[in-house]
Amino acid sequence: MVFAEVSSDPIDTAALLAKVGSDEDGAALLFIGVVRDHAEGRKVTGMRYDVYAEMATEVLREIALEASFPLGTDRIAVAHRFGELKIGEISVGIAVSSPHRAEAYEASRFVIEEIKKRLPVWKKEHYVDGVSEWVEGTIPPGAGLEGSTHVVPLTDEGLA
Amino acid sequence: MSIAVRTLFFAAYRDRLGVSELSIDLPSGSTVADLVNELRGRGAPFDMLPEKPAVAINHTYSFLDEPLTAGDEVAFIPPVAGG
Repeated sequence: MVFAEVSSDPIDTAALLAKVGSDEDGAALLFIGVVRDHAEGRKVTGMRYDVYAEMATEVLREIALEASFPLGTDRIAVAHRFGELKIGEISVGIAVSSPHRAEAYEASRFVIEEIKKRLPVWKKEHYVDGVSEWVEGTIPPGAGLEGSTHVVPLTDEGLA
Repeated sequence: MSIAVRTLFFAAYRDRLGVSELSIDLPSGSTVADLVNELRGRGAPFDMLPEKPAVAINHTYSFLDEPLTAGDEVAFIPPVAGG
């Protein structure tokens, strides 16, 4: 069963890993994203994560479900944290299990890359000089466009 | 006839605008683009919003020509930086 959660509580990686795995799985993977002490040459002392919680929970679940199709199992558990985090604290955890390792690596990678593209989460870095700045982000795919520019017209013969 | 929508602002948008939530009245039949124009037309600080921002209606990323319905929750999504 796919599990997705957005919370201000610290991420319990053992609990996350315990949500995946089965007798038919020979591989289990845990990815964690951690707050680091530098960004583009500046010393970072901590990070504040803001989130659109209701939407983020839904998007995280969608991402996990999308990853589950090629994975061939639905044993994916993902958690994203928000609030004030210190250096070394875990901001995101992704647990995946599958019969063989290749699918697990692929699914884990897919989940973190999609999080970067479209999860409504923002981070503000706190620098050692006391300044804080929002990290430059990614525009979600398709955002800011007119729908009509995307629509492929259908004709009687099929795709135009 | 007019409709009221609930608009949400996050992260850098919230900081720059000084609000996290506004109720906006629009003529019925308005689209997301109309809402953006209404807000930007208010001048500073609302003119800091992009002309073509990323928005989500009721938690789903939406196109700018999407029509709005009374009671919709319309979130302005700054470029995202999760992970």
